[in-house]
Amino acid sequence: MTAHDDDRDGAGIPLVSIRGLNKEYVRGDQVIPVLVNIDLDVAAGDYIALMGPSGSGKSTLLNLIAGIDKPTGGEIRVAGVDIAQLSDSELAAWRAANVGFIFQFYNLMPVLTAFQNVELPLQLTTLSRRDRHERVATALALVGLSDRSDHFPNELSGGQQQRVAIARALITDPTLIVADEPTGDLDRVTGEEILGLLDRLNRELGKTIVMVTHDPKAAGKAHRMVHLEKGVLVDA
Amino acid sequence: MKLPVGYIVRNLAARKLTTILTAGGMALVVYVYATVLMLSAGLEKTLVATGQDDNVVVIRRGSQTEVQSSVDRASAAIVESLPDIATGEDGERLASREPVVLISLPKRGSTKPSNIVIRGVTQHGLTLRPQVHIVEGRMFRPGTSEIIAGRSIASGFTGAGLGETLRFGQRDWTVVGVFDAGRTGFDSEIWGDAEQMMQAFRRLNYSALIFRLADAQRFDAVKKAIEDDPRLNLEAKRETRFYADQSEGLSKFISYLGVSISVIFSIGAIIGAMITMYASVASRTAEIGTLRALGFSRAAILVAFLAESLLLGLTGGVIGLVAASAMQAFTISTMNFQTFAEIAFSFTLTPRIVVESLLFAVTMGFVGGFLPAFRAARMKIVDALRAA
Repeated sequence: MTAHDDDRDGAGIPLVSIRGLNKEYVRGDQVIPVLVNIDLDVAAGDYIALMGPSGSGKSTLLNLIAGIDKPTGGEIRVAGVDIAQLSDSELAAWRAANVGFIFQFYNLMPVLTAFQNVELPLQLTTLSRRDRHERVATALALVGLSDRSDHFPNELSGGQQQRVAIARALITDPTLIVADEPTGDLDRVTGEEILGLLDRLNRELGKTIVMVTHDPKAAGKAHRMVHLEKGVLVDA
Repeated sequence: MKLPVGYIVRNLAARKLTTILTAGGMALVVYVYATVLMLSAGLEKTLVATGQDDNVVVIRRGSQTEVQSSVDRASAAIVESLPDIATGEDGERLASREPVVLISLPKRGSTKPSNIVIRGVTQHGLTLRPQVHIVEGRMFRPGTSEIIAGRSIASGFTGAGLGETLRFGQRDWTVVGVFDAGRTGFDSEIWGDAEQMMQAFRRLNYSALIFRLADAQRFDAVKKAIEDDPRLNLEAKRETRFYADQSEGLSKFISYLGVSISVIFSIGAIIGAMITMYASVASRTAEIGTLRALGFSRAAILVAFLAESLLLGLTGGVIGLVAASAMQAFTISTMNFQTFAEIAFSFTLTPRIVVESLLFAVTMGFVGGFLPAFRAARMKIVDALRAA
C-alpha cells in the first residue's frame, strides 16, 4: 500500500472530472431529474465531502463516480477513462481495480471471516495465495484488527466491522475510495475513530476519498465540502 | 472471476434447516429413483446369472419361455446325438431333458397363491448348473416322489420347507432338500425327478432340452445345425441369452415405471429447491449488490448461486444413494409376467446407477437453481445495495 506520489505530482489533471452530468429516473410516465448538469473536479489525493439534504442526489452522484450506476447524460472521467462509456463487464473490472467501497452498514459477507472479507476483492486478481495473504495481513494491521482476523462479522462491534470494510476497500490499492455515510451507523466515539482512519488513508497513503455524509463533523475532516440541493451543485 | 468455494458452501451451512429440508426432499426422490433402477438391475443380474455361457437351451421355435415350449422325445434324441455336446465323467452326454410346469402355491403367512416353477431334472441337471448346491437335507432320489426346493421358495411358501409335504400333480411330494442357486432364478424353483414329473403331470413332451457345449465357440454352428434340421421345429439359445431375454420385459417395465414416477416426484423437489434458492437470493440482496460493487461480474454471481443449488442437489443425491444402498440387504419376490412365475431377487447397486442418480440429483439442483441465480445476476447494483 504505497502512496500515489505520481498522482500527487499530476495535480494539474483532476483524478475525477465530471462534465454536464445528468441523471433522471423514470417512474411510470413521469421523468424525475435527480442530478442536473453537474460539473465537478476532484484532484488526486483530495478528500471531499458531498453534503445535502435527503433526496438531494448526493448518493446518486457518489454511485455514478464509483461506477455502480449509469448517467442519463454527460461525462465522468476517472483517471482519464470515461466510465459512462464502459460496458457492464468492463465497468465491473474497472471497479475491481480502481474503486474501494465503504458503506454505511459495512456490507460484509456474514459467512466469511474478517480475513476472508478483506481478501474477497483479491479473488478477482491474479495474485498468488501467498501474496494475497500477505496483503490481507498488512491491511488488517493497518486498521488495527490483526487479532480479529478469524472472527466473523457478527462477532465484531460496529466500529470493528467498519474497520474490516475499510481494510477491504484498501486491499486492491484503488485510485479512489468512495464512502457512503461511513459513520452513519456508529456512535460518536467510534465514528471519530473511523474518520481518523480515513484521514490517515488520505494523508499517509495519499488516497483520494469521496464521502457522502449528513454529519457536519465528519464533513469537517474533508479538505473540501460540496453541497447539493435538488440535484444541483450549490457550491464546489 | 469466481467467488471462493468456501463462500458457497458456508452459505448453505448458514441456513441449516432450509438446506436440510430441501436436500432431504431431493434425497427422497433420488432414493426412489435409485431403488427402482437397483430393482431392475437386480432382476437382470439374477436372471442373467441364472444362465451358463456354455449351456444351450433348446425350446420349440417361437416360444419365449420353457413353459410355452414343447420338445418331443424324438426331437430330443436327435439333438442329443449332436457331436458338439460335452461328455460327463460318467461318459454320458451332458444333456438334461426337462419338463417345466407352473403350479400355484400359497405364500407363507397369507392365503394368496402365487405361481411356482416345478422343474423335472435328470441326473445331469445338477452338473449343468454348478451354481446350484444343496444347503439343507439331500438330493432327491430318482424314481421317487421326492423334491428339493430353492431357498426363497422353501422360506416363502407354505409346505415347501425341509421335511414338509406339497401336493400337486395328484400326488404328495416330500421336500428332502433345500438348494441355494447363488441368487439366480433357480432359487425360485422346485426340482424333482424328470420322469416322475412327466407321469404326474401326464406330459408326453418335455419343455426344454439343456446341454453343455464341448466347445463354447461352436455355439453358432450347433444353433445352425438344430434350426436348419427339417425334422426339428426347435430353436437354440445360449442359456445366458435365454434368461436375459426373460428379464428384459419386467426389468424394462420396472425401469420405465420407476423413472416416470421419479420424474413426476422430481418436479416437487425442483420447486422446493427453487423456493429455497429464491429465498436465499432475496435474503442476500444487499450481499449481491456489494459483491457486484466490489467488481464481481454478473456471471460470477450466476455461477455462485447456481453452484449453491447444484451442491444442494448433490447433497440430496448422496443422502438418497446412501439410503438406497442400504436396500441391497433386502430380497424381494415378485411375479415375472413373462414367465408367469415367482422370482426372487435383490436390489443391486451398480456404478452406472450411482452415476445416473447423482446426475439426476444435480440436474434437479440445476433446474431449481437457474431462475433464482439468473435473477440474482440480473439485479441492478444500486437497487440491490438499497436493500441493506
